[in-house]
Amino acid sequence: MRWAAAGALAVLLVLPAVLGSYAVTVFIFIFFYAFLGQAWNIIGGYAGQLSVGHAAFVGLGAYTSAMLSIHAGLTPWLGMLVGGVLSAALGAVMGYLGFRFGLRGFYFVLLTVAFAEIFRVIALNSDWVGGAQGLYITFTGDPRQFQFQDNRVYYYVSLGLMLLATGVVAWIERHRFGAYLVAIREDENACEALGVDTFRYKMLAIVVSAFLTGVGGTFYAFYLFSLQPNSVFGIPLSVEIVIRPIVGGSGTLLGPILGSFILSPLAELSRTWFSQGGWTGVHLIVYGALLIGVVLFLPQGAYPALRRLVRKADG
Amino acid sequence: MDAALVGQGLLSGLLFGGVYSLMAVGLTLIFGVMRVVNFAHGDMMVWGMYLAWMLATRLGVDPYVGFIVCAAVLFLVGLGVQRTLVDRIVDAPHEMQILLMLGVALVLENAALVAFGPDPQRVRSPLTGSTLWLGPLFVDVGRLLTFGVAVVLTAALYLFLARTRLGRSVRAAADNASGALVIGIDVRRVYAVAFGIGAACVGAAGALVSPILPFQPAGGLSLSVASFNIVIIGGMGSLLGAFVGGLLVSVAESLGAVFLAPSMKELVSFSLLIAILLFRPAGLFGKGGA
Repeated sequence: MRWAAAGALAVLLVLPAVLGSYAVTVFIFIFFYAFLGQAWNIIGGYAGQLSVGHAAFVGLGAYTSAMLSIHAGLTPWLGMLVGGVLSAALGAVMGYLGFRFGLRGFYFVLLTVAFAEIFRVIALNSDWVGGAQGLYITFTGDPRQFQFQDNRVYYYVSLGLMLLATGVVAWIERHRFGAYLVAIREDENACEALGVDTFRYKMLAIVVSAFLTGVGGTFYAFYLFSLQPNSVFGIPLSVEIVIRPIVGGSGTLLGPILGSFILSPLAELSRTWFSQGGWTGVHLIVYGALLIGVVLFLPQGAYPALRRLVRKADG
Repeated sequence: MDAALVGQGLLSGLLFGGVYSLMAVGLTLIFGVMRVVNFAHGDMMVWGMYLAWMLATRLGVDPYVGFIVCAAVLFLVGLGVQRTLVDRIVDAPHEMQILLMLGVALVLENAALVAFGPDPQRVRSPLTGSTLWLGPLFVDVGRLLTFGVAVVLTAALYLFLARTRLGRSVRAAADNASGALVIGIDVRRVYAVAFGIGAACVGAAGALVSPILPFQPAGGLSLSVASFNIVIIGGMGSLLGAFVGGLLVSVAESLGAVFLAPSMKELVSFSLLIAILLFRPAGLFGKGGA
């Protein structure tokens, strides 16, 4: 397992040398969405608290570092951390509201959706952050401003983000904290009865998850160079974040990565393919059908199924 | 602040609230019976709007008549979705149900996008142009009619649940599904009927709102979210809560549009939602804890 991971990493490190620029772009999407999915995995997968509002953290992180860069000249390398901290604070507020009353299942989902929507509406109506027009970042190509002439640098930065989040999740998985989160997901009442402070661990999980997602917001802003409230705070982005770990296998270390390797190329290729034919929307129909199929036929996601398959092949 | 302006805001909010109530009643019925949250609710409503639009443009049927057809078609759609998909996940964990319904929502929304394109549409009805004056306030006849029909439909649904045999078995299944099974109610059939009726509510609501509100395929999600808000504010599973919640949220949004900015109205309902979650998570008419 360890050798396989090292081998895969080595391949990913040398890959840009042989890839064309479009393929590099596809890989950047794979890594970035795997990173966001991994960050979501902490609260949504391990702790089992389904958030469909993670776009709020991406958006807050993105707007924070973009505003700080445009108006205060602060480098996004630091703005990234500020955005992460603000997102973590937002996560704490959401967690406090949701977990203090033990809002489970649907209520928590709605709370997270509502928060992302609130931010979207505020951003749409606030002229000081560009209103409906959004924010545009002028391209300078200055690495100190998190801008790179060469697309391959974004490749390595997004790969680094994915590895960072995966490292965090691997650490959590091996420690007591991770065991508590899984216990909360499986049976929260039993967990409480055993004296585990479930509120505390759920709070910790959402704060870590929100911090990482907020950091990802900076990458979003300084890779795309424009921020619109509807896309960065919108429910579709939240769904994009949720769907990869679920398809890959939520609550597993490799699920979000696997999910992103399956879905991101599919999304990217089908988007370009169908839009060229004037069929906007078809790729989202495929997405929806896929989501239905996974729930009905692979409720644990692709990773556990793949592992069973490999075990069977081994004998 | 001009008193007439506030009064006007109150009145138009109240009138629009009928549609909100009908949406929320449909959602709460599905939730109350199956404990499944219909994330495709708003997208079903958008299909109701487009059906009304097709009836009006192709066959010349006024949406205030066509809503019956829209409700019937959506009833069948709901029945189909329940039988083929929801029925398999009634006992699955919440996340799985939500994801399945999100999948259905994505398919419905984008099928509408492929079929009708992204541009906003509106249905013309001769009734929407005319207004009545009530002292200093004016009433849009279209909105009044929309409100009236929505209220009548909600009342009819209430009577159906309270008085008819099928309605009683729906309530029985909602209260205690295994108990209902024991006394010989076909719970699976009741589930299908309940989902169908829930979908028919938004089919009618969509048709009724189509002459007064422009619509587009992308609007479904925010309609779903609006329905969730109302249902939580009113109390999950409570029909009365959904009805009153719909009027309340609509009035609050309308006043928010008067006092803040029209585009900020959603902020008002979300603030209301958070206040409810903070102080009364079971909702205004809900029983017990969340």
